[in-house]
Amino acid sequence: MTVSGRESRAGLLFLLPWVIGFLAFTAGPMLFSLWLSLTHYDMLKPPAFVGLENYREALADDRVGTALWNTVFFTALHVPSQIVLALGLASLLRRAGRGSGFFRTVLYLPVMTPPVALAAMFLLLLNGQHGAVNGFLGWFGFQGPNWTTDPVWIKPGLVVMSLWTVGSTAVLYLAALTRVPVERYEAARLDGASPWRQFRHVTLPGISGTVYFTVVVNTIASLQVFTEAYAMFFGARAKQSAEGDAALFYVIHLFQEAFGSLRMGYASALAWGLFAVIAVITAVQVRLSRRYVHYEGDRS
Amino acid sequence: MKRVGVWAALAVVTLAFGYPFWWLVSASLKDRAHVFDNALLPRPFSPGNYVEVWQAVPLLTWIGNSVAVGLAAAAAATVTSALVAFGFAMFRFPGRDLLFGVVLATMMLPAAVTMVPVYLEWHALGLATTQIPLWAQNLFGSAFYIFLLRQFFLGLPREVFDAAKVDGASAWRLFTSMALPLAKPGLIVVFVFELKAAWTDLVKPLIYLRDPQLYTLPRGLKAVLDRFDEGGEEQWELVLAASVVATVPMVLLFLVAQRHFVRGTVTQHVE
Repeated sequence: MTVSGRESRAGLLFLLPWVIGFLAFTAGPMLFSLWLSLTHYDMLKPPAFVGLENYREALADDRVGTALWNTVFFTALHVPSQIVLALGLASLLRRAGRGSGFFRTVLYLPVMTPPVALAAMFLLLLNGQHGAVNGFLGWFGFQGPNWTTDPVWIKPGLVVMSLWTVGSTAVLYLAALTRVPVERYEAARLDGASPWRQFRHVTLPGISGTVYFTVVVNTIASLQVFTEAYAMFFGARAKQSAEGDAALFYVIHLFQEAFGSLRMGYASALAWGLFAVIAVITAVQVRLSRRYVHYEGDRS
Repeated sequence: MKRVGVWAALAVVTLAFGYPFWWLVSASLKDRAHVFDNALLPRPFSPGNYVEVWQAVPLLTWIGNSVAVGLAAAAAATVTSALVAFGFAMFRFPGRDLLFGVVLATMMLPAAVTMVPVYLEWHALGLATTQIPLWAQNLFGSAFYIFLLRQFFLGLPREVFDAAKVDGASAWRLFTSMALPLAKPGLIVVFVFELKAAWTDLVKPLIYLRDPQLYTLPRGLKAVLDRFDEGGEEQWELVLAASVVATVPMVLLFLVAQRHFVRGTVTQHVE
């Protein structure tokens, strides 16, 4: 096919909705936000230019420090546990044979639950005195913590809760596992490789591209964690106490500054701060991936 | 022996992932004194919770809002993402790959960056307290769905389209009478994914909706969770009944469209 003017025009016409949307809802807002971050703007008076004042304030703001620490801590717990559990579940499901469809449904259904409903459920399931999670731990003689009120345990509690929705990652891994050629396992077995060595030298290299992808995407999402924690501990439920501080994630802080205090300029500066943090972490992951991720020659 | 181990592990997994659902439905049918008892069966049996929450809050209005917003969001995302994806998949023009790179880059862009300025845009248009911002952005396509549908279009047999082109079919005709019917499985994936996303979202309703009559179910559920906290005594049985109402449609959607959800999840990552 040749590149004709007519074809160019037709192609660009099809792209037009996206181009308009990109300018109106992505590129335009980003420039707008960059400028806003240099102003004080409360939606009543016009924005007043203040230079880097908002960024200076953010660096000195204790709550930003708390929010950033909470977010990074949560991400550091959430992403690895999510990936290890998903990998374990996917390996298990692959051995289920004809029953795997049923178990896939069991794993995926929690993903369909609206996060607010999830928050309501887990406020009770994780309750320190009466919750089923601590009831279960009690069977084994453990005294479970106060997941929803003890500042030390709130973030681990949110991680436990997030494990219930691990199904979508597990389903993605299951698909990746079935793409690893069976002959490689047969060859490994002929060489007398143990199950662990098979996993280490056949499975992991075979799916490392998918694992890497989920690490990057999960990290970006996790650094923006908002809904469940907000539903459980903020809004009219916010108490002026340590509970709230322990669950104060970065986007929650941003949301409160923007839509609670109407500090649009400051919130914009916070948004760019998060953008920078995410960009740095993603860049590090990309660099590390060059060393550890094994791409197949036959990628589709 | 090994198979027994696998099946035992699968049984444990099924119990662990299934239990919270069982618990939720059971607890929503208990009275307030027993909502914490973790008994498998609700005793005493109190289906009246559902009537009570129905009378306490405008649940039917919220369901209606969620259905309307969900369908609008899903329809808009499906139609325009298909248009754009077709443009990327079927035509060659200068800058195409660069533009597609931009689409992929926006997928990685943290939503938090545009949250404030986009709100201010809707505010400037006088629409910041309506339901329109909850779905109207989808009229311009959505990066992930464009990516997904482009994969579908690229998978279609190219020769068919080339032959039709030689026969003088217009680009629009190629799109409506050939590409769309052939890509139907992909369109369904996008539709059900976006329906689920819109139905479960709390962030946008929190930012935009002020009038409880306009609330979607998650926003309403958050209000229920908050409201019953204020009096000191939480009415958990009502909160849980409302949670069941918000969750059941999604469970049904999954059971009906399971194949499509799995397909969409798996297509997320094609190297």
